[in-house]
Amino acid sequence: MSAVGQSASRAAQPILPRGLIKTKNRHHTRRITNLAMLGMTAAFTLFAAIPLIWVTVYTVMTGAKYINVEFFTELPASVLQGGGGVSNAIAGTIIITLIAMTISIPLGILAAYYVAEKPNTRLGLVVRFATDVLAGVPSIIIGLFAYGILVKPLGTFSALAGGVAISIIMLPTIVRSTEEMLKLVPRALREGSLALGAPDWRTSLVVLLPAALAGVVTGIMLAIARGVGETAPLLFTILGNDHYSVRQIVQSGVESGMTPIQILRELVLSPTDALTLTMYRYSQDPFPERVQQAWAIALVVMVFVLGVNILTRALTARRLAGRS
Amino acid sequence: MMQMQAKLDTIPAALSVAPASIVKMQAEKLSVYYGAFRAIAEVTLPIHDRHITAIIGPSGCGKSTLLRAFNRMHDLIPNARVEGKLTLDGEPLYGPGIDVVDVRRRIGMVFQRPNPFPKSIYDNLAYGPRLYGVNKKATLDDLVEKSLRGAALWDEVRDKLHQSALALSGGQQQRLCIARALTVEPEVVLMDEPCSALDPVATIKIEDLMRELRNNYTIVIVTHNMQQAARVSDYTAMMMMRPDRAGEMIEFDLTRTIFTNPQDKRTEDYVTGRFG
Repeated sequence: MSAVGQSASRAAQPILPRGLIKTKNRHHTRRITNLAMLGMTAAFTLFAAIPLIWVTVYTVMTGAKYINVEFFTELPASVLQGGGGVSNAIAGTIIITLIAMTISIPLGILAAYYVAEKPNTRLGLVVRFATDVLAGVPSIIIGLFAYGILVKPLGTFSALAGGVAISIIMLPTIVRSTEEMLKLVPRALREGSLALGAPDWRTSLVVLLPAALAGVVTGIMLAIARGVGETAPLLFTILGNDHYSVRQIVQSGVESGMTPIQILRELVLSPTDALTLTMYRYSQDPFPERVQQAWAIALVVMVFVLGVNILTRALTARRLAGRS
Repeated sequence: MMQMQAKLDTIPAALSVAPASIVKMQAEKLSVYYGAFRAIAEVTLPIHDRHITAIIGPSGCGKSTLLRAFNRMHDLIPNARVEGKLTLDGEPLYGPGIDVVDVRRRIGMVFQRPNPFPKSIYDNLAYGPRLYGVNKKATLDDLVEKSLRGAALWDEVRDKLHQSALALSGGQQQRLCIARALTVEPEVVLMDEPCSALDPVATIKIEDLMRELRNNYTIVIVTHNMQQAARVSDYTAMMMMRPDRAGEMIEFDLTRTIFTNPQDKRTEDYVTGRFG
């Protein structure tokens, strides 16, 4: 104890005990409190993880039995016949996701650029706010919106309408993650490019985007995982189509002498199906085989979404490790 | 003062006596504003062709702000504005119809922290020429080699041109950035405390390099380090912050004069280490 401390303690009665605390008892109490609190937090952590584990295990156990090659390759068979698969839904989900990506990736990245570059302009603020609001809009409303702007005017349910709805779901994730990544790119890097006389757009494209690329890709992957898992926006947009088959559409198109553009039109503008939508329908079906197939779809969708998430995690971790 | 004198005796004679020379750039009553705040007040300063001009002064006196006005980097900052006159070979840089891209090509810049792009060494160096439409591989190869030699880095990286520039050491990265600035064949190179993030050995290499570059380029360096200014520069501008927090230039002269016989008491106090 220093001289100053001693004179201070003489002047005023110390509130806290001086010197080392040697009481065995105190030590004990603290250790027990510590253990109790630690145990409690551990228990709650475990509790929070239970739903995930439960859902995963249950889905795997129920769904795995009904997965076979036919499930992936065949169109749905009649219930009375039995068997069949959900290749229509797989194709539909892929097509819808591709359409959604085509729309939301360029749009999202460009919007993110603007927001990252001009965060305090009126438009920047509006876009950021709109993105946040959009992320909170119930997905079924987005489905209705796509119905209103596409299904009604075109007079048909279509993969396009589904893709547009899903792209709106994906957009906020892409904008926000890209914006964050662009903001992380050091200012010095920008200046380095601009000081060489590079115009803004070139700096953004050649220097900033590559620097932020890993993060941007992460955001896109998460957005895809989210989009593939959505059902509600598809209810009003794609209708469901047991006979949707890319191979058949292309084949009959070629046979009737359609141009590739026309075939693409046919693919995009036909009613289609999606895994989540099929699962929703089958789960309510009275025939047990349908319900079983719904479980199988649940497993496939879950494995895909979980896989993308884990992969994204792994990539992010590797990037962070590489950076330090 | 005795101590300072001893240090000054180590300045190479060639550098301490600058011959009469052409003025490459001239700032006249140059002021920089951030919104209503005046960061730099009416600086009048000549930059001599193929010489090294150092800008020194305590933190916050606007050295970097002044330097960045020289290649119009303030254009990037909303509400920053520049008043007064700045010329390059007599042409006003802030005049109407002047292309900022052209200004930045002729007046290159090296920053405080090395800022290589997250690309290969080669691509870092080819970036500038590609901007100006040079795409032929042979020409690019030549330019890359020439600029790396110019920055005394060729021997260290010749075998790993296609590896990431981020794998280089800090000093090598900074020399890469100097090489990158040289690829677009600028006339003036601005250096904003180029050694502040480097260790002494790397610092000496950069200083040697600056002396080399002085033969072909006009160099302006901002530095916190007075010994560095004394070691490398021909001319020195001393800046101070006024009570209204605007930076002003209080003295400009040959480096030797600034360090041995300053006219302003504040300069003397600063260079002798009495404050700052």
